[in-house]
Amino acid sequence: MVTTPIYLDNNATTRTDPRVVEAMLPYFTEKFGNAASRNHPFGWEAEAAVEEARDQIADLIGASGKEIIFTSGATESNNLAIKGVMAMYKKKGNHIVTQATEHKAVLDTCKRLERDGAQVTYLPVDKYGQVHAEQIREALTDKTVLVSIMAANNEIGTIQPIKAIGKLCKEKGVLFHTDAVQAVGKVPVDVADMGIDLLSLTAHKLYGPKGIGALYVRKKDPRVRLEPQIDGGGHERGMRSGTLPVPLIVGFGTACEIARREMPAESERTFRLRERLRKGIMEKLPETYLNGHPTERLPGNANVSFAYVEGEGLMMGIKDVAVSSGSACTSASLEPSYVLRALGVGDELAHSSIRFGIGRFTTEAEVDFVTDLVTREVDRLRAMSPLYEMVQQGIDLKKIEWAAH
Amino acid sequence: MPYSDKILDHYNNPRNVGSFDAKDATVGTGLVGAPECGDVMKLQIKVNPDTGVIEDAKFKTFGCGSAIASSSLATEWLKGKTIDEAKGIKNTQIVEELALPPVKVHCSVLAEDAIKAAIKNFQDKQDVEPTESAARAQPVGVGG
Repeated sequence: MVTTPIYLDNNATTRTDPRVVEAMLPYFTEKFGNAASRNHPFGWEAEAAVEEARDQIADLIGASGKEIIFTSGATESNNLAIKGVMAMYKKKGNHIVTQATEHKAVLDTCKRLERDGAQVTYLPVDKYGQVHAEQIREALTDKTVLVSIMAANNEIGTIQPIKAIGKLCKEKGVLFHTDAVQAVGKVPVDVADMGIDLLSLTAHKLYGPKGIGALYVRKKDPRVRLEPQIDGGGHERGMRSGTLPVPLIVGFGTACEIARREMPAESERTFRLRERLRKGIMEKLPETYLNGHPTERLPGNANVSFAYVEGEGLMMGIKDVAVSSGSACTSASLEPSYVLRALGVGDELAHSSIRFGIGRFTTEAEVDFVTDLVTREVDRLRAMSPLYEMVQQGIDLKKIEWAAH
Repeated sequence: MPYSDKILDHYNNPRNVGSFDAKDATVGTGLVGAPECGDVMKLQIKVNPDTGVIEDAKFKTFGCGSAIASSSLATEWLKGKTIDEAKGIKNTQIVEELALPPVKVHCSVLAEDAIKAAIKNFQDKQDVEPTESAARAQPVGVGG
């Protein structure tokens, strides 16, 4: 038996692990000190907790605690990394290389910098959503300061060849930033091995609390410098002022500590559940397509298009299951997911996509329930779909002159 | 998103799903929308040639729950109406009946378009020789 609603949207956010909540609680009550208070035990206690969390976070990505800057989340981390580097190194150049399926926190930051005179190259991705080091090599100019490529995509789960890109950046002497929000805690990420100079992460994607993120900033070979975007008391080595939210930081640290210990077993488990779901659905239903890379993808992510069925319509049919859709029916723009478009998935299949995100708390019984429900609903909606009927009659949908509305 | 009970009812128990033979001279077919926009409605009416009354109506819709509900409701309303009465159905009435949220108003517009396209298709068939009508039966007014 399962209880509904079932949460299968772990690429959007994750439930805070009870062990994380437990670790945080004392820092709301008796251990409430300001980590910047240097002259009494309340402050010392808070500072010690923050430094321990810094090390826990650093350990998960092969960094040193001194290289971790706390932020409000990955959106701020991406902003700080990109704007901070471009401002600091403006004498060196003004060119950024990124790619089309980045999160809006990267793309819109780049667009703002473009309005202020920066040059930005948005590389296209292949049909699996990957960008390749060779493309980046060709895009680099003597004005390139920064390469920003995400570690794994939030919609389609595709993992980028980060190590090859890091090696290239090192060789060419440009800084390499990666938005690793989806990857950290799910697949191994090591800043030394992968040649990463700046890395954005956030707690709530790895069973920590919302409202706390971090930016890894390399301290040597090279020592990366940033122009702060928030001025004030000079916290976080002057790169990000603001009183540290100690309970959130303790939770973030604990979440990373758990992830480091449990990731190998957990990723194997989420992968197994994801494959059970994917195969269960795709083997029963013809004309379903997996979006993203078949193997180089996050273990818990399956993004599937169901031809002839509209994604939001399907979501209503499976309303006891929390998922996301690439359909843009809810937005005013009527445009489907830009990530799926960048892969060359047709708009009609983009409208038909559902993202399933399996996580730590997903059970096999839930996966089986969702498999049955999705299969049943897609069959029902296809029986109601004029497109499905036309295809059954041998009509080529591409030859019909549809009037866009 | 908050869906009204009426939308959910039509989505879960859609009325009049199905198809008539589009070549039948008493059938009018409207096909509106586009797959790349995420909405396609096919709405068909079966008209009594003597009385001009719509005796039956069917639909198939590719789209969100509101699009399915709008077309399901449209078929319910069409049955028993004369062609002239059917022409009077307005999208705003559908919005009101289903309590469609503002982002879903386009679903009701599409349903009104589908009604108009089906009526036009039926009337076009009456204007030509029956044999010719059968020959050019392949659908259909695509607008939207």
